[in-house]
Amino acid sequence: MSIARNSEKPARPVGVGVVISGNEAIARGAYEAGISVIAGYPGTPSTEIIENAVKYHDLYAEWAPNEKVALEVAAGASFRGARAMATMKHVGLNVAADPLMTVSYTGVNGGLIVVVADDPGMWSSQNEQDSRHYARLAKIPVLEPADSQEAKDFVGLGVTLSEAFDTPVLLRTTTRIAHSRSLVHWGDRQIPPEKALERKIEKYVMVPAHARRRHPLVEERLGKLSELANQVILEVPVSRTGGLTTGEKDLAGAIGRRLLGLNRLEWGDLEMGFITSGVTYQHLREVFPTATVLKLGMTYPLPARTLRELAHMVKDLYVVEELDPFLETEIRALGIKVAGGEIWPRVGELTPDLVAASLAAFESSGEMASLPGKGDKNPRKMDSLPTATPVLPPEKPVSSRAAPFKEEAWFSREEASFKEEAPLRPPVLCPGCPHRGVFYNLKRSKSLVSGDIGCYTLGALPPLSAMHFQISMGASLGMAQGLAKAGGGEDGEKVVAVIGDSTFLHSGVTGLMDIVYNQGNVTVLILDNRITAMTGHQHNPGTGRNARGEPAPEVDLVKLVEALGVERVRVVDPYDLEATGQALREAGQEDGPSVIIARRNCVLLDRSSWSPLVVDAEKCTGCRLCLGLGCPALTSSGKKVTIDPGLCTGCTLCQQVCRFDAIGEPGGAR
Amino acid sequence: MDRINDIIIAGVGGQGVILAGTILTRAFLTAGFDVKQAEIHGMAQRGGSVESFVRRGEKVHSPLVRRGGVDAILALETSESLRWLDYLRPGGLVVASRETIVPVTVTQGISRYPQAIAEEIGRRTDRLLFADTLSLARQAGNAKAANVVLLGLFARNLELERSLWEETIARCVPERAREVNQRAFALGWEHFD
Ligand code: SF4
Ligand code: SF4
Repeated sequence: MSIARNSEKPARPVGVGVVISGNEAIARGAYEAGISVIAGYPGTPSTEIIENAVKYHDLYAEWAPNEKVALEVAAGASFRGARAMATMKHVGLNVAADPLMTVSYTGVNGGLIVVVADDPGMWSSQNEQDSRHYARLAKIPVLEPADSQEAKDFVGLGVTLSEAFDTPVLLRTTTRIAHSRSLVHWGDRQIPPEKALERKIEKYVMVPAHARRRHPLVEERLGKLSELANQVILEVPVSRTGGLTTGEKDLAGAIGRRLLGLNRLEWGDLEMGFITSGVTYQHLREVFPTATVLKLGMTYPLPARTLRELAHMVKDLYVVEELDPFLETEIRALGIKVAGGEIWPRVGELTPDLVAASLAAFESSGEMASLPGKGDKNPRKMDSLPTATPVLPPEKPVSSRAAPFKEEAWFSREEASFKEEAPLRPPVLCPGCPHRGVFYNLKRSKSLVSGDIGCYTLGALPPLSAMHFQISMGASLGMAQGLAKAGGGEDGEKVVAVIGDSTFLHSGVTGLMDIVYNQGNVTVLILDNRITAMTGHQHNPGTGRNARGEPAPEVDLVKLVEALGVERVRVVDPYDLEATGQALREAGQEDGPSVIIARRNCVLLDRSSWSPLVVDAEKCTGCRLCLGLGCPALTSSGKKVTIDPGLCTGCTLCQQVCRFDAIGEPGGAR
Repeated sequence: MDRINDIIIAGVGGQGVILAGTILTRAFLTAGFDVKQAEIHGMAQRGGSVESFVRRGEKVHSPLVRRGGVDAILALETSESLRWLDYLRPGGLVVASRETIVPVTVTQGISRYPQAIAEEIGRRTDRLLFADTLSLARQAGNAKAANVVLLGLFARNLELERSLWEETIARCVPERAREVNQRAFALGWEHFD
């Protein structure tokens, strides 16, 4: 039994460790764990894992066209005996779900980690799904780190688990783990023992007869993992100098020794016990420094025995978790009474304030006594209980430092009681963004537009407001096909699908195939800005560069769409408003599939050519027509429009829109 | 001087919020503290508001700051000083740039740019420092270094040595930008002397 890590750690000696994000830590963890193949598709908040992995020359890292392919690449490497990893954001796991379900059956050869980054609060996502459900669905373990150190260490633990139990392992982070920086101590790279290529057809070829033999092994594996989960680290505050009470010793004996160190029981005040995981553990510790906490590093499968013991020991038992009642449901299914979902919200991100305030609000509602898990309802088995003297009285839920606030303001920042407020500042297309000219045209033509995921999704926001449907990666074409088959625009007009170059290659190609094969009346606009822009400018198979920035073969989009059977392909410059509008009008008249490739580099790729334009105040009539472009560099001061020279790139769109020739290069040269 | 532990850096995508947060974090780390830094990026890069939370202490658990518990707000854009004001503890420190970036929502008439910003902050605290970081940064050699000017202004209010900041900046910015950033920091540090 490992006891007593001092919770009052002294300040660290100068210069030891590094402060890095969870994503950097995962890349480091992959390096240290001897992983040699990593594939991913960029998606916030997972992107930086690959971006950091490419810095390690001992491993191979690539951007795959989508998450499904990424997982397939990683699985193939694992089958060949290498340690491998696939990385993606939560919605990417939906794309990769198909291979995942079956890799659970085949198992692995080299350790296989699937990193999935959830986004509670939807800081940069279209939904806030809780990807832990995939662990249950695929019957594989899921690990949840609570800081960067764990993010790194859990890769290594995951590889160990994966190889020992012949299973892929899900490593689930959330935005606050992936994008928060905290202290990490680095280790050296382990070189794994070389694994032979396995020609085990019955293991790796999942024809029904083989799969029927694999499924019972999967069930058995889960049971063994659950048993392993009971081996928790027991941590007792050093302030307990008198040593353990008899009851604690019994419990410690009952719950076993430290093995992998995934789950940790932090002993404290026995009035309140909490079960939690991930960043929520940190919020909870902030608010209740002295409570007893079972911190789960592996949230599936659960340590049934430990949970039962814990329920006997503490008076009130709570589960605190972000998003879905995943742990809560599983724990209740074990017959253990816990409270959780009644108190903490199911939507959005948890914060220390929300952890504290929700409990306080619930307490004052007077419904506390009726909660399951409240007030010693879990029968105790052991006689020799520790005297319930808390190490310290539990801190008041809301810290006394907290300033007064209006209750409702917790949930709606808009209701905060200040007179002057910061203006709304949503993300917008950059000044000079090549997408702007396309959406300006789509707005004018009043087209019915099915959109996709990328910077250009911002074309749905005012003043452009020229995108009407958008669900998930690559879905614009399929949706457009459906819209077209169901009648098209209001008067039967041709539907427009808008998709970026990277998203098209991700999973739009198959959508276009469908449109051609089944002759949908759709204009497909491929916004080819030569990069995966929104996630921070990653390369893709169309850019001619790989993840390290080295030259790579480049997909020729025109040839590709022609090869799919598209007969009418136009390439236009979206900086040319008239030509782009003309191409859209022509394509709109054609019957059947048309493709327009709007090609122009993302304006952030090369800043050297930026040369701002100016407005001639004498000529500007204040008609505000140019403001309809929604360019952040254009502002109106009084009656006239001005251009911010620090923002304008000189894309000339506003100059083309202006009817009074009021915009041009400084010095009047037109 | 009371201890400043929990800090919010607020600004607009492209202003260098993240770099300012990284420098702060590394400086605290070098000084021997536990540190956590949280930020949101992704779509917010595109001209949206961006913030970074930096927390230090003997031991920091949550990467998130508490409402009413923040000791200092650094605003790289004037109106952004208001966005997180209800997180500032009474009497906390606000260091703000006079640079204004009018969002498209204001141009479109959907939103309003606040006017009485200093007064609003004054209802919360009397420790407010405003500076024209943009012209100071231009003086240092590059308008982009306004974030480091602001950091200099702020650093003067902490107990850490000036040399520690300078070493940290040297480690955080690329070689070619080093001199400009050191000058920017110095201009901020000495601004109210
Ligand atoms: S990053 Fe590039 S593609 Fe994205 S909005 Fe800015 S200019 Fe447009
Ligand atoms: S030329 Fe006009 S539309 Fe283009 S970036 Fe400058 S102000 Fe914006």
